[in-house]
Amino acid sequence: MSKEKKMTTTITREEFMSPGHLACQGCGASLAMRLALKGLGQRTIVCIPACCWAVIDGPFPYSSLDVPIYHCAFETAASSASGVKAGLEILGDNETAVLAWAGDGGTYDIGLQALSGAAERNDDIIYACYDNEAYMNTGIQRSSATPFGAWTTTTPVKHYKKERKKDIIGIMAAHGIPYIATASVAYPEDMVKKFKKAREIRGTRFILIFAPCPAGWKSRPEDTIKLARLAVQTGYFPLIEIEKGEKWTLNLKLKERKPIAEYLKLQGRFRHLSEEEIAAIQQEVDERWAKTLQKCSL
Amino acid sequence: MKKVIMGNHALSYGAMLSRAQVIAAYPITPQTQVVELLSEMCADGTLNAKFIKVESEHSAMAACLGASLAGARTFTATSAQGLALMHEMLHWAAGGRMPVVMGNINRAMAPGWSIWADQNDSLSERDTGWIQFYCASNQEVLDTVIQAYKVSEKLMIPSMIVLDAFTLSHTYEVVEIPDQSLVDQYLPPFNPPWRLTPDDPHAFGGLTSPDHYMELRYKLQKDMEKVPALVEETGKEYEKMFGRYLGQVEEYLCDDAEFIFVTSGTAGSTARVAVDELRQRGIKAGNLRIRLFRPFPFEKVRSILSRVPRVAVLDRNISYGHHGIFYQEVKSAMYGQPSQPLIFGFIAGLGGRDITRDSFREIADYALSRDRVEEEIVWIGVKK
Repeated sequence: MSKEKKMTTTITREEFMSPGHLACQGCGASLAMRLALKGLGQRTIVCIPACCWAVIDGPFPYSSLDVPIYHCAFETAASSASGVKAGLEILGDNETAVLAWAGDGGTYDIGLQALSGAAERNDDIIYACYDNEAYMNTGIQRSSATPFGAWTTTTPVKHYKKERKKDIIGIMAAHGIPYIATASVAYPEDMVKKFKKAREIRGTRFILIFAPCPAGWKSRPEDTIKLARLAVQTGYFPLIEIEKGEKWTLNLKLKERKPIAEYLKLQGRFRHLSEEEIAAIQQEVDERWAKTLQKCSL
Repeated sequence: MKKVIMGNHALSYGAMLSRAQVIAAYPITPQTQVVELLSEMCADGTLNAKFIKVESEHSAMAACLGASLAGARTFTATSAQGLALMHEMLHWAAGGRMPVVMGNINRAMAPGWSIWADQNDSLSERDTGWIQFYCASNQEVLDTVIQAYKVSEKLMIPSMIVLDAFTLSHTYEVVEIPDQSLVDQYLPPFNPPWRLTPDDPHAFGGLTSPDHYMELRYKLQKDMEKVPALVEETGKEYEKMFGRYLGQVEEYLCDDAEFIFVTSGTAGSTARVAVDELRQRGIKAGNLRIRLFRPFPFEKVRSILSRVPRVAVLDRNISYGHHGIFYQEVKSAMYGQPSQPLIFGFIAGLGGRDITRDSFREIADYALSRDRVEEEIVWIGVKK
């Protein structure tokens, strides 16, 4: 017998996503789906609007998921999911989870109205946004989730994005829904745990997943996990939970935060930024981090 | 049981009797009473349905489609701007073969703001792949909801039931409310050939390459072509059980007619009075009210109109830069037929301007005094 200690994981070995999907190398969004379904299980119906995942899943007649998928219109992830859930319930199925799975374009921008409507009604759906911080499926155009300073094809270097990233967590928290969480592909145990937890809660649940995109961020595919981890370790993307819109919990406390420059320098989309601009971003991250700590009563 | 109800409530009763299971709707004048009554029915348990009070018409149709794909019978209602906002989802419904039934109250499009009747809202959705029924009485509205579910669910194509703003939506008429048990016999529960279920997971509506897309559309057209016969069949079955026949068109004194009005909606009722007046003057007039507009009832229309020398088509709508839309459709149906009548086109009643007996008198005088079509739009009652 080997004396080696076996690494244990709480994540199921069962897979609900097959190889052969159409994601790019190093795609954070594909990993995110694999982990989300490990948390939710097979009794899940997924509504996917226009986004990278509309392609990743595979063209008709193929699908890379072992769960049913409704490919819905761009702005209807939430409203489609609400409808599916109502249909299941009236037919006596209260057990199947309905997951709306949208990118940041479908969530922060074109789908925000439907998402707000579903959240206000507290419809019994899980809404997950895999945030890769731009319209990646159409070829890297800015969204309201694109951070300050980033290059995209519609915010060229000479006129890089001057506006801050929209605070979608703040918006969702203001709806007072039962459960909100952030998750990162670099922290799979945390992510799967959050999807498992969300499944047991009734009402609207919102999970924001940080999903690096090598093609859009001009980063190396092998750096995806590193970038996702750095986003957490710098305090740029804190791992949190919000229950009933009020009770904030910081899931990963940091004794020391890494400088944001470490995160930015691995991405070509920030290559043009000056020292001053990086300092300004650091300041913004610091301010947001302080606010997060305050909300988490730390 | 007989009840005096408004046209909007005829839609609600139709949905109730059809046992709609998921309703998602957004209020808009002049549709509001449809959803108000359904809300009450859901609240007091008269109707066992989930009512999703969405934040827009776009979400209303999106939610109906999700529920439909999950296997539930769905209903919604809207009008004008609301219908236009749904436009994207109307394509989704037909393309995805989701048999939603929807009431649309014909209201003029803004700007300027108008809440009054005309048909440009529903006719702008002509090419979305929906079956469209135009109604002329509250009884017909109620009956058509039930029939529409039967037709739609058989072919997996959505249906739109269209009624004029105020002249029908807010007008009270005596309506026979059929027995629930009889309706249940006529309309069995919705049992779609496919649905969203983890027991048999499939992806619906995914990326479809040029290798497959065209066949999906071909199949939709082929199934659309089955609608006229199915409307006849289900209409006759309805007549057997409820005593009221629901066909593709309504003929009024067309058999021996030498001059026929082609109408739709409530104008079709007014036309009957005009026909009676003309007959008193010795003119053998008739009225052909088109009830099924999509798919277009080619055979019916051809068989009736090829017998007469003169036809006057009334449009409460316009395709800007072309003609009245029913006029286009009737002309296209008659093109190449061995016997073609003179077909005159008239536009009246836009934005809720009344269409009266006088309007039809004017139309008849015009059409009967000409031996050729001099202009393709004859405006009735416009202040030029």
